[in-house]
Amino acid sequence: MTTAGVRVADTLPLHRWLSLTVAGFVAFFAGWWLIAASGAVPAQFLPTPLDVVSRLVALTQAPFVGFTLQQHLLSSFGRFAMGFGLAVAIGVPLGLLMGWFRSLDAIVTPLFDALRFVAPIAWVPFAALWFGTGIGGPVLIIFSGAFPPCVINAYRGAKFVEPRFIEAAQTLGASHWRMITEVLLPASVPSIVAGLRISAGLGWQSLVGAELIVASSGIGYLLVKGQANISTSTVMSGMIAIGIVGFAIDALLRMVERRINRRRGR
Amino acid sequence: MLHNTGRRPIWVGVATFVVLFVAWYVLTSLTHAIGPGRFPSPAESWDALRQIALTGYADAKLHEHVLHSVKLVLLGFVAAIAIGVPLGLAMGWNRSFEAFANPAFLLIRPIPPLAWIPLAIVWLGLGDAAKVLIIWFAAFVPAVINSYSGVRAIEPHLLEAARMLGVRRRMLVREVLIPGALPMIFTGLRLSMQACWTTLVAGELIGAIAGLGHVLYQASLDLFPAMIVVGMAAVAIMGATMTALIGWIEKRAMPWRRLA
Repeated sequence: MTTAGVRVADTLPLHRWLSLTVAGFVAFFAGWWLIAASGAVPAQFLPTPLDVVSRLVALTQAPFVGFTLQQHLLSSFGRFAMGFGLAVAIGVPLGLLMGWFRSLDAIVTPLFDALRFVAPIAWVPFAALWFGTGIGGPVLIIFSGAFPPCVINAYRGAKFVEPRFIEAAQTLGASHWRMITEVLLPASVPSIVAGLRISAGLGWQSLVGAELIVASSGIGYLLVKGQANISTSTVMSGMIAIGIVGFAIDALLRMVERRINRRRGR
Repeated sequence: MLHNTGRRPIWVGVATFVVLFVAWYVLTSLTHAIGPGRFPSPAESWDALRQIALTGYADAKLHEHVLHSVKLVLLGFVAAIAIGVPLGLAMGWNRSFEAFANPAFLLIRPIPPLAWIPLAIVWLGLGDAAKVLIIWFAAFVPAVINSYSGVRAIEPHLLEAARMLGVRRRMLVREVLIPGALPMIFTGLRLSMQACWTTLVAGELIGAIAGLGHVLYQASLDLFPAMIVVGMAAVAIMGATMTALIGWIEKRAMPWRRLA
């Protein structure tokens, strides 16, 4: 999704852009508020923005289904960190190895292509069967969401290393191990980090899905319980929290990406 | 999606699957190293497939579940394209409109499609309408963003040439904007199809009366691992098929790309 360089129309003057953007925000919330406050939709189904904000604040103070919003987020984040960490720890080395050893590539790629189309959420029944409501279930689902981009990007990074680097290292008699850790890995870092961003996004989504179905705490669980109580403001508060955390994770990785690319002079 | 740089002999792939199948058979049927409550044997999976295909499971036969799921995905997907693509094209074309419409996207975009499921259920219940709504969400944002980026990626001198030739607005949209943005739109559609499919399965797992997600849910309740395997395989095959279908349409829709 590149927007760099090529432009269709000239850029707007700053003050015009700013006023239109502000108008856009205002229109969004005003439209929401109007529909909610007019009574066209029962307040139970569409609370006003203000109701949602006050519910959000209330959730941070009083526990809902056992925990406050922060505690739910924390337990979600713990699961996310485990699943994502595992995916990175296994996926990136696997991708690099596949990029170096042809035979491994030939063995793993067909399997990988076959499994890739199993939606992460389709692991839910096995997650429940194997792990019950324990931590293993959500971690398995997050892992299956976050794993493919780690492998694919490490693999691509390793495949597109400039051949002369590899030839140089080979001439100098580098072992397989040193070739992977000292040539392929450093050269693939930008591709790997780009993969981590995709991976974290998919992992976070899968986490929400997993917690909607198999969990007894966490932000997805909060959504489900809000839904069961037909408390739309609780559901919306949870969605906002999910959006904010997802956005923060992406922003963090984007920062890492930018720093790495800058250091490499790109 | 792995790029095929260098030759990868097919027989290795075939051999991998054969070895895996044998291992599956040995671990489950022959040695019982993996108990039937954990993972089914090949024979059990085959029986489950026959059962759902011939006599039905979870209130319907396999093809009925598949058709139900596919119908919902297509409904939500087409509705998302019908609204998202024109919106994205307009945002890409008109800076003022973009500045005005962008805030709503900034607010909605970070919320994953799956997180809309509870809200959709509160609003529309457990029926098909809620599923179509969440699929619509899953496909809508990528449709807008990619159409937008597609317009932005059109070479300016193409537009200048069209303008110089005095092309009217309608023709400009039809002959320059849409064909120019089409490659990126299709890339977006292909990516969002998988997201739609995932979202639907999740929605059906949470509550549905038919569909592949419902099969998975029922199999999970019945502690029926063989049916879970059948359900997962069906989900994977349908996801791959529908993604491939978009690829096929993509080639037909842009015949000029084959020359390049």
